[in-house]
Amino acid sequence: MTKENIIDPQNIVYKKPSLMNDSPMHYCPGCSHGMVHKLVAEIIEEMQLTDKTIGICPVGCAVFAYNYLDIDWIEAAHGRAPACATAVKRLWPDHLVFTYQGDGDFACIGTAESIHAMNRGENIAIIFINNAIYGMTGGQMAPTTLMGMKTATCPYGRQADLHGYPLKMTELAANLEGTCYITRQSVHNVAAINRAKKAIRKAFENSLSGKGTSLVEIVSTCSAGWKLTPVEANKWMEKNMFPYYPLGDIKDTTIEKQ
Amino acid sequence: MTSTENKYILLKGNEAIAMAAIRIGCDGYFGYPITPQSEVLETLCNEKPWETTGMVVLQAESELASINMVYAGGATGKRVMTSSSSPGVALMQEGITYMAGAEIPGVIVNVQRGGPGLGTIQPSQADYNQSTRGGGNGDYEVIVLAPASVQEMADFVETAFDLAFKYRTPVIILSDGIIGQMMEKVMLPPFKARKTAEEIATLYPWAATGRDMKRKNNIFTSLDLDQERHERHNIHLQQKYATIKEEEVRYEEIMTEDAEYLVVAFGSAARIAQKAIEDCRSEGIKVGLLRPITLWPFPTKRVAELAGQVKGILCAEINAGQMVQDIRLAVEGKTPVSHYGRMGGMVPTPEEIAEVIRKQLVQE
Ligand SMILES: Cc1ncc(C[n+]2csc(CCOP(=O)(O)OP(=O)(O)O)c2C)c(N)n1
Repeated sequence: MTKENIIDPQNIVYKKPSLMNDSPMHYCPGCSHGMVHKLVAEIIEEMQLTDKTIGICPVGCAVFAYNYLDIDWIEAAHGRAPACATAVKRLWPDHLVFTYQGDGDFACIGTAESIHAMNRGENIAIIFINNAIYGMTGGQMAPTTLMGMKTATCPYGRQADLHGYPLKMTELAANLEGTCYITRQSVHNVAAINRAKKAIRKAFENSLSGKGTSLVEIVSTCSAGWKLTPVEANKWMEKNMFPYYPLGDIKDTTIEKQ
Repeated sequence: MTSTENKYILLKGNEAIAMAAIRIGCDGYFGYPITPQSEVLETLCNEKPWETTGMVVLQAESELASINMVYAGGATGKRVMTSSSSPGVALMQEGITYMAGAEIPGVIVNVQRGGPGLGTIQPSQADYNQSTRGGGNGDYEVIVLAPASVQEMADFVETAFDLAFKYRTPVIILSDGIIGQMMEKVMLPPFKARKTAEEIATLYPWAATGRDMKRKNNIFTSLDLDQERHERHNIHLQQKYATIKEEEVRYEEIMTEDAEYLVVAFGSAARIAQKAIEDCRSEGIKVGLLRPITLWPFPTKRVAELAGQVKGILCAEINAGQMVQDIRLAVEGKTPVSHYGRMGGMVPTPEEIAEVIRKQLVQE
């Protein structure tokens, strides 16, 4: 007996996208990665683009994205995903090519690759998970760690004189001529999830139609790294992250061009 | 460039690499300028192959970016290459070890210059160890081809891609500033069309080209946190390297049949050594030359056989003594092995090597 036999199609109110497999996820309870993965799977499925999609996953917690979404994947070295995506998109110009990267990957070790891919206007979509911390390696300071925030490598809180300032890569990206769509989203409630989904879909459409680079930052929780419960993490994010990383579209040249 | 079909033309080694790449159906080149190999990228930009064969050419932001472009491009089944010189190739080691781990084909040309560090822009063979000992982290090997002429610069591009795809491995063409910069007559390979998407799908079912629902998804990664499975992957890689060692050793021999003494040299040093042994032969010294063409896999068996035949072996290379270690491992003490080399961008003359043959090799 299959799931389809048990539940009548007309009774289904919610289902897992078919591109998402049954592998148990390694993500911690309350982590935003799982939700964003689901959105990516849903969008590729809805756009019927599986045979035209090549995903580039990072080094970071999302390194194992390839274990959960049944699309073709190339796992990049730490920070190099935009270089990888550049080559793939130029060699397969009619494909949807996207990267999925954390803040350490996209905004620290890979800063050169990120800036130059965006500045060249590569026709790729970048999904940038900003959880203000290095999740995978156990909660060290990220370029995006907030002032005063405590991590394993700034245990007394981030201080400007010691650590510099949290990097707003997304605002920086908006200044680059090659980018067409820059937005900051979150997935902490249903309305936010719906907006994030629209944003990712738009970024994917831009990759296909060759409008330039799209960047969708998702301000995210890392309950394990922040040492908070999932509910507390969401509240902490709203209170502390959103004021510094305000949500919404920052740049959209695709509207003007229409 | 005018019509070059079946005609010898005069080209620099670096130009020959670029022209050959366009003609053999290379899909993409990603590189960053560095002397003495910038003519590869410059020639490609001049030729504009994106308008003819459809080959992608991109000046990347760094060698780190270019090798990772090769990594990902190769994963999609495309024939993708880069070129650089020593300091740039040092930067590329990250991508090369990832290619080895994830079993991704691709070609890296190293037109070597003197080191260490920023070194000099003059020629050198000091990246022998880096190329033949993996170079990056982990247990892996890279096939290394050593051209000794502009003709071989042109010919080895296709050979390198064929080997890269046959074994799904990175292949290095280890050249140097002499061969990259010198002009010689060369016959370019005939034009071959680039592989179509359909051909890639049938020839390379492993490639990440977008998942056709008839197959499972293709994933390229070098990561595995399950150590038992990861050991099995390492064993698989080692078995592949054993096959390559068995099947792909290439070398050239000059006047070795009756040789009492042997010079072993690769690449440009072999060209210089050839003149030296010709001079010594005219003086009655029975000396021959073995030129390894694959530096990895090294012609260990052939060196061991010749060690039983000759009274002494001289390794002439443009470094402090790197290939000589592979020779000693092959010879296992059967015959004396000595080394002669120059460093820091200095290149030995044929007369210098002939003197070493006369005074050192024959006297020993
Ligand atoms: C070259 C290199 N340096 C360091 C590491 C170790 N490392 C793995 S993941 C990571 C940080 C990931 O943080 P982020 O990109 O923010 O992603 P997250 O895990 O938070 O999702 C680091 C430093 C590595 N794998 N490779």
